[in-house]
Amino acid sequence: MATLFQAPTAFSASNKFHFLSLSERKRQMFVVRSDARMNHLPTTGVHSSLTQRLLTNAVATKADSPTSSKTGHELLLFEALREGLEEEMERDPRVCVMGEDVGHYGGSYKVTKGLAPKFGDLRVLDTPIAENAFTGMGIGAAMTGLRPIVEGMNMGFLLLAFNQISNNCGMLHYTSGGQFKIPIVIRGPGGVGRQLGAEHSQRLESYFQSIPGIQMVACSTPYNAKGLMKAAIRSENPVILFEHVLLYNLKERIPDEEYVLSLEEAEMVRPGEHVTILTYSRMRYHVMQAAKTLVNKGYDPEVIDIRSLKPFDLYTIGNSVKKTHRVLIVEECMRTGGIGASLTAAITENFNDYLDAPIICLSSQDVPTPYAGTLEEWTVVQPAQIVTAVEQLCQ
Amino acid sequence: MSPIQNSKGIIIPDQHSAPNVAYTTVIFVSSQTMSKFVSIFFRLKSNTNFADSLRRTSLRNLNVRNLMHNRYSVSFPLLCPHRCSSTTASIQDQTIDFPGGAVEFIPDMRFISESPKARIPCYRVLDDNGQPILGHNFVQISKEVAVKMYTNMVTLRSMDTIFYEAQRQGRISFYVTAIGEEAINVASAAALAVDDVVFPQYREAGVLLWRGFTLQEFANQLFSNKYDNGKGRQMPAHYGSNKHNYFTVASTIATQISHAVGAAYSLKMDKKDACAVTYFGDGGSSEGDFHAALNFAAVTEAPVIFICRNNGWAISTPISDQFRSDGVVAKGQAYGVRSIRVDGNDALAIYSAIQTARQMAVTEERPILIEALTYRVGHHTTSDDSTKYRPANEIEWWRVVRDPVARFRKWIEKNGWWNDTAESELIRNLRQQLLHTIQVAESVEKPSLADAFSDVYDVPPSNLREQEQWLKEIVTKQPQEYPANIYV
Repeated sequence: MATLFQAPTAFSASNKFHFLSLSERKRQMFVVRSDARMNHLPTTGVHSSLTQRLLTNAVATKADSPTSSKTGHELLLFEALREGLEEEMERDPRVCVMGEDVGHYGGSYKVTKGLAPKFGDLRVLDTPIAENAFTGMGIGAAMTGLRPIVEGMNMGFLLLAFNQISNNCGMLHYTSGGQFKIPIVIRGPGGVGRQLGAEHSQRLESYFQSIPGIQMVACSTPYNAKGLMKAAIRSENPVILFEHVLLYNLKERIPDEEYVLSLEEAEMVRPGEHVTILTYSRMRYHVMQAAKTLVNKGYDPEVIDIRSLKPFDLYTIGNSVKKTHRVLIVEECMRTGGIGASLTAAITENFNDYLDAPIICLSSQDVPTPYAGTLEEWTVVQPAQIVTAVEQLCQ
Repeated sequence: MSPIQNSKGIIIPDQHSAPNVAYTTVIFVSSQTMSKFVSIFFRLKSNTNFADSLRRTSLRNLNVRNLMHNRYSVSFPLLCPHRCSSTTASIQDQTIDFPGGAVEFIPDMRFISESPKARIPCYRVLDDNGQPILGHNFVQISKEVAVKMYTNMVTLRSMDTIFYEAQRQGRISFYVTAIGEEAINVASAAALAVDDVVFPQYREAGVLLWRGFTLQEFANQLFSNKYDNGKGRQMPAHYGSNKHNYFTVASTIATQISHAVGAAYSLKMDKKDACAVTYFGDGGSSEGDFHAALNFAAVTEAPVIFICRNNGWAISTPISDQFRSDGVVAKGQAYGVRSIRVDGNDALAIYSAIQTARQMAVTEERPILIEALTYRVGHHTTSDDSTKYRPANEIEWWRVVRDPVARFRKWIEKNGWWNDTAESELIRNLRQQLLHTIQVAESVEKPSLADAFSDVYDVPPSNLREQEQWLKEIVTKQPQEYPANIYV
């Protein structure tokens, strides 16, 4: 099954994506079933009631189990984000959204579609184009009791808000002696898309990772997108939620019941014995594709979606390293100063004794993302490179 | 070579600046003559469609499409017979709908001057001798409020003097004075309500003082001891108190302006009878945050008061190097924000303006911009020596002759509410109090090591707990390498 697909352009009408019809196929769009199907709740497992019980992922099984139950509902990732957002806005009247074109336009990736008519213009606020100012506005509103969600139309635009995010969002709780808290969520799509050009292909997680006081999470499936969105909104800390431009149309069946995921936990995608592959966001799918090839070649990779970029879930990662003794990190960040670089350092510091081989980190090159399709493809880690790296590690 | 501007404001390009163009000849026309010329040209036949459509269409409903088709343009070189069409209608009556509303058409190519004929006037109540100016209108204040305002202004002045001395003696590392701006600090705070949330820059300690922050609390923050609200994490003079609705000062310039708009938005959502207030200097008005925040406030109709303390200096940058507009008040209208310019050294003017502004902001749900003109008598901070970039006699003149505290004192003394005895008693008490607070604050312990790691998040994550543990071990193992009063 193809894991590569033609993502729609940013402004195409999204309401057509609800239905898998012939017309969809004609437009050459392949919908990917996220390989997280193994992480569905078993039918006999714990179901949360309407109370906010934390549902962690169920124990995953190795073999390709059939999609567990037919309960739950299917939706696309951007709809999952919207569902999470809508549920939180209903639950707590202090939750509000601000960003460019989030109101009646519904957001450039349609995450906030339908919210403005439902909750009003004041709770879903269309802002003028000044990222630093509306992020600052969100911080001011958060300090005065609201729970704002600031949407960057593209993560790269939040570079303009760096001052507010670093100097105020991350710091004010600390410098005020705990007097003022900032329960803000900053979210938006980032990562390398399909020929969006260098300025729209930024991976901001590497720039933000040093800021003290913020938490960073990256979603990759509709299931974890909704869970992380809800968790981020409920958190008292400022959280940056990284979405990926190419993952918005992933389809998955998610539970009907309410669930909230933990912001600091990693997700076990595929347990294994030979090598630990750590990844997040879009690279998860490249890794899973490589995993198929690896399984055919006789390897048994353990794939972990780290999800929590700051802080790292060293507990899950550590347990995996202790089991397999080999680590491969696959990321989309650039080589220098990326999440992979920090993760390599963290693992080496903490689990050096358990490693049989040096950690291999596959990342994008230190170049601005070129526009030409072939060039762009070469800057992103491809499944073939992952297979080669595993083979090299396991020699 | 700069173009010449005639009395009607029409720019006529200079000979040398525009070669090879038909309009290098200088033509001085009045707008009346201009319209005559235009109507003459209009009688020339060119594109009959336009003439027909003009006659058919009501002039007020002239739409862009018709005009675009007929290549009619206002911004044409002065002599170009081929582009005009004939019509008998008057051109001045035409309006045209663009996004943003209808605008009137004029045949004159009129540039708006970069500076107005006269600067925006400044509202003032008391003259330099503390006497109310004839024809004044101001909000009357009671004796209690007036005396409280005055004593607070004097307290602020004394606080600044003594804490500044303490820094010079090496007892604290840093301090920021507000000398010369006491009226802005105290009178503005007096005019606000307790529920109004304040987002300061760093020269507004007087606002916090008015709201009840004690001298001891100020001293605790300056000495970063364990009683500091900020738990020793911020520089001196970066006060913050949620109890007093005074948001912790951050060193970044103008970031608080955006915060204030967010807070105002929050108050508006909650329908509270309160507004957000933010202070910044002339320098701060150059930052991007200022412009975007004013724009946002106008668009979102947020109840926020922007108070600019235009004190003439941004460290060593005089306002002539900061902006070329008529101060900061002129920028208000550009963003759709109601604004006023006030004499910042006149406590009564400040009080009146801010109280009125607050009323407008809360009931009409709109932002207000207030530019308070004043002078920064002190140095920028204790790290600055302003005599290096401005004449000492200028500073002295503003310190003595234009002193806002003395001016207000004259007014309250005239009213019989104050006298010399009260003054000397106040000064003596203050001095004693302040020296005592310094002694006490100095002797209190500093915050413990744990306070370096708490409040980064609501609950410390594992990496911070590890780092704290590691540091604790090191400090306990080698106590001689670390200051004796580190509280582990």
